[in-house]
Parts: sequence; C-alpha cells; structure tokens
Amino acid sequence: MYVAVKGGEKAIDAAHELVSKDRRGDAAVPVLSVDQIEHQLGLAVDRVMAEGALYDRRLAALAIKQAAGDLIEAIFLLRAYRTTLPRFGSSEPVDTAAMAIARRISAIFKDIPGGQFLGPTFDYSHRLLDFALEDEAAQNTAMDDTAGEDHATEAGPGALKPVTAILERDGLIEGEAAHADRPVGDITRVPPTYPAARDARLQALARGDEGFLLSLAYSTQRGYGRNHPFAGEIRSGHVAVEIVPPELGFAITIGEIELTECQMVNQFKGSADKPPQFSRGYGLAFGRSERKAMAMALVDRALRAAEFAEEITAPAQDEEFVLSHADNVEASGFVQHLKLPHYVDFQAELDVLRRLRDELSLREAAE
Amino acid sequence: MNAPTTKTAASAASCTNGYNFAYLDEQSKRMIRRAILKAVAIPGYQVPFAGREMPLPYGWGTGGIQVTASIIGRDDVLKVIDQGADDTTNAVSIRKFFAKTAGVRTTTKTAEASLIQTRHRIPETPLQAGQVIVFQVPIPEPLRWLEPRETATRRMHALGDYGPMYLKLYEDIARFGRVTTAYDFPTVVNGRYLMSPSPIPRLDNPKLDRSPALQLFGAGREKRIYAIPPHTTVKSLDFEDHPFSTERWSHKCARCGAGDSYLDELVMDDHGTRRYVCSDTDYCDSRLSAGGRR
Repeated sequence: MYVAVKGGEKAIDAAHELVSKDRRGDAAVPVLSVDQIEHQLGLAVDRVMAEGALYDRRLAALAIKQAAGDLIEAIFLLRAYRTTLPRFGSSEPVDTAAMAIARRISAIFKDIPGGQFLGPTFDYSHRLLDFALEDEAAQNTAMDDTAGEDHATEAGPGALKPVTAILERDGLIEGEAAHADRPVGDITRVPPTYPAARDARLQALARGDEGFLLSLAYSTQRGYGRNHPFAGEIRSGHVAVEIVPPELGFAITIGEIELTECQMVNQFKGSADKPPQFSRGYGLAFGRSERKAMAMALVDRALRAAEFAEEITAPAQDEEFVLSHADNVEASGFVQHLKLPHYVDFQAELDVLRRLRDELSLREAAE
Repeated sequence: MNAPTTKTAASAASCTNGYNFAYLDEQSKRMIRRAILKAVAIPGYQVPFAGREMPLPYGWGTGGIQVTASIIGRDDVLKVIDQGADDTTNAVSIRKFFAKTAGVRTTTKTAEASLIQTRHRIPETPLQAGQVIVFQVPIPEPLRWLEPRETATRRMHALGDYGPMYLKLYEDIARFGRVTTAYDFPTVVNGRYLMSPSPIPRLDNPKLDRSPALQLFGAGREKRIYAIPPHTTVKSLDFEDHPFSTERWSHKCARCGAGDSYLDELVMDDHGTRRYVCSDTDYCDSRLSAGGRR
C-alpha cells in the first residue's frame, strides 16, 4: 500500500545538519571567528544592523556567521531577536551636528566651514583586485609595523554644523521643525496605515532593503519622479545616545553609535502657499551604510511629492507601493513561501481547469 | 502503525532560555489579544495589529503563529496541519516550535486538540464547541486582486461596496460559464464583511458556516487579524442561477475509501498513473484504524 510521503521531522533535522556542515566548509580551513567578522567585515555588519534595526555589532556578526554570509538571512535572524526585546522608552533625538566626524563631504559648496573630510571611502579607489591581500601572513606583520608615513589620522574634526544650516540661515531651504509634543512613531509597535506620517515613513525606509531603495532612487534620477537632487551633505561618525529616565528628569548618555546621514537638497519651484526654496530628502543608517543613506534620502524626497503638490506618476513617489514592499524580511519570506506545499490549492485549480476543458470539448463536439 | 499521537514536551521548554512562554513577550501577547477581541466583536473585519517578526519567515505562517502564541496556555493540546496533513514539513516545524517554546502537549487527532493551527485546510472531522482553529493567511484582503491599494479597499469595506467582486464573478460566468476562483473563495461573514477564508479549497467553505468552534485568522506580513465567532453565518458568494459549488472527484480515497473528503492527487509513475488519497491524514488514519478500509 502506498502511503503518501510528505516529508517530516527526520528530513528537517537532516537539513539542519547539512546547513551546519556547509557553513563550516572544509575542515582544513580554520574556523571563522565572530570577532573576525565583527572587525574585518564591518560593512556587512553595518548593513545587517541597519536593516535588522538593531545596533549590536557583536550580534550582527554572529548572525552573519550563522547565516553563512547570507546577509538577508542574517538580517532576519537579528530582527527575530530584536522583536523579543522589551522597550524601555525612546532615546532623545540624536544630535548629528555634534557627531564625532569620520567622514563629511558636501557636493554643493567647494569650501565649507570645517572643511571636507574624505575619511574611509571606496570612492576614489581603482577597482583592481589587490592580490596582495591574499598574503595573510604579510598583513599580520604589516599591522604591527608602525614604520612609514601615515596619511590617515583616526580622528576627524569633531562637531561640525550641517551644511544645510548655511542655506537655512538665508531661507533658501525649507526649515525643519521638530514636533516635540508628538511622540515618535514606531512601525514595529503600530501597524502601518496610509498615508503614513513622515517619521513612520523614514523608519520604514531606514529598515528597508538597500537594493530595493537603491533601484527606486536610481529610477528617480532617470526621470521616474525626478526631483533634481544635490548631495548637500553626507557625514559618518559616532554620536551619543541619550535617554531621560523619568526618575532623574535629565538626559544621561547610555552609549555611542556610528551613523551615516545624508541630506539631499532638492529643487522646489514653489506653490500657491510656499515660496520657491530648496526642499530636503533625508537618509540615516546605522554604521557606514552610505549607499543606503543616499538612496533613502532620494526616496524620502520622492515620497514627499504630495506635500509639494507635485504630480505623482512614478513608483518611487507611490507611498503605499514603496513602503509595503521595502522590507526584505517580509519580501524574502513571502517570495520563498512558494516552496511550501500547495497541493490542496493546486488540486482545486486542477478541478476548475478540468471542468473548463471538459465543457469546452463538449461544446466543440456539439458544434 | 500505532505510534502515540500525543506527545509531551515538558523537557523541551528548557532549550529556550531567554525567551518567554510561547516565544512572544507578554506585552506583545496582550496587544494581539486585544486585536483578537476586536476581531471577534466585528466578525470578518480585518483588524490591523502591530505584527512582530517571528523566528519563522513571513509567508510561512507568522500570523497564525502569533495568534496561537498569544492564546495558547499550558493546558492546551495543539494540532498543526498544512495541506490537511500533520506530517508536512512546515506543520512539523511549527508544531516543534510550540512544543519547544511553550512545552505544550501536541496531537495529530482533531478531536483531541483544543487548538488547531492550519494552513490551507479545515479538518474533515467536524470541529466542536470549545475548540479554536487558527488559520494562516497570506493575503487577508479578499478585494486585493481587484484593487491593489489598501486605502481603496478599506473604503470599499467601510461602504460595503462589494459590487466589483460580484462583477468579477459575473464576468467569469459570462466568459467561462462558471466561476473560476478555485480556492480562497470569497465569503460574506454575518451578512456584513467580505472575507477571505484563506486559501482553503471550496470544499472547506461550508465548514466555516455556523461552526461551533472559534475561528481566528492571522496574517503576519500584512499585519491583520480577523475572526469568525462560533455559530456565525458565513456565506460563499454566488448567484441564484449559479449557486456556489465545491470540488468533486470521481474517485474515493485509495487508502481509507472515504468519498466525502478532499483528495490529494498523487502521480505514481512516469506513465502518469494517478492515485487519490485524503489530504486530511488524521481523518484517513482514523478511518483506517476504525476498519473503514473499503
């Protein structure tokens, strides 16, 4: 008697074992340590923290190791951990003007107060494979070697006023007022509704998939919701995180996090109730996720189309479309759920299809 | 053959140090329970809730898992099915998840379960008063394929503007002579809200109507919960001259001989030989052990 085999417990256990084996790879190669990932794959850690929406370098590194380098899987691991953490409250807004700068550039003024700081960037490197990196023994000794000229200084210039403040002083760019009376939205605690408030929108973008936002941002540059952007300022560095415990009533610093912030300056020709002035798109991401921060800023500005009475024609301007598809944990899960069995639904489809075909052949026979 | 159908997982709870009973923290559970209460109070209405990330992927039952995690207690006996079967990989995985994080008893017997989580089926054995069935829902919005925008569909529900859905069914009949929606067939709950029954086959739709069990629906990715309280009317959409119809087979189950159950079609060999067996494994097994073999 044939018994339908539908998989089961043993198969799952075996699959998990195979994953562990694959992750470990060739036993002759030393195990990759979480420390090594944390310190030597820092940009991967940054991305996992940003989209995992949890600032913890160690856990992000662990997630990357567990996911065998699959960053979306690592993001998922971190999210599923984050969601169980209790919420004590919200921090004070971080003051990016007080950032200890590691990198700060502006594309709109040649010289800016405090200067331009290139910092660590791939921007001006020639993308030639550096075969010297294969020689690990040499790198271990080179690190100890303090001889030779050192162009790089670790510390940047410290606190610098944002470039947009220069425009703001002359009224050339829209002002940005905080709503101190309004609690900050949290899309992980309040289900999304449309139209979304800008805080909820920015949170969704900050957690959104870098690739998705990058492509949307790119589409605005190619005419699908064009908004004439300039990179007003991009800065990376550490900022202090402060909270106000209710029993103290004043702010205390609980730690430092590394952030990348992008302020896009966009054209705005003015409307009936607003004078012509530059408008803003804002991007902020954990770590040195600069591509993400820039893409986010472009998409943020595109999503403000209605606010500026601009015609909404392109996908990047469509809030519901962008926000409901930006989350890669949701997207990855739902795309891949097609792997789950659908026998029952397929059987129902077969039933309908067969009846349609039967009726068609009956009709044809009758004709 | 006579393997125990009920397992205790008392020792398993210790492997999940650092996580709360049934994984979710109590605040999250309270929030979800509030959404469930609202859903029960407004049958068929989709209540938005702040769905949490779960350690299982979206689309694999996170809505159902959150609902189950929020209402499960230590004395519950849990049954999990996928495509009607207890032994499909995803059902195994979810059952293990609760055995591990809640340490509750699990079962494959429909009649023994106090709580049943399901994907794509309703058990053939009629549900009883006091039982709760939790459906995993991929797309909670029955109007989604007619209107992609949530802002628009919520307005349609508010106004009871279900004309476009009837129009879709009418167009099917005009073009094909029948409604071509094979599964996830739209229903009206309590004479008010249009509701997706989740992708269950049409054969299961009548089981929703006036069921003595509480029926809860969770959509994790879409962050919606809805419910059918016990003894509530659930009507599948149709027209007087084109009444709602379910799937039919010219076969009986090759294992237990049942002629009333939903059948899986198995392709036996390269020549396309088919065999049909119950999709509900518990139903099939219990008929076999009761000597119901044809």
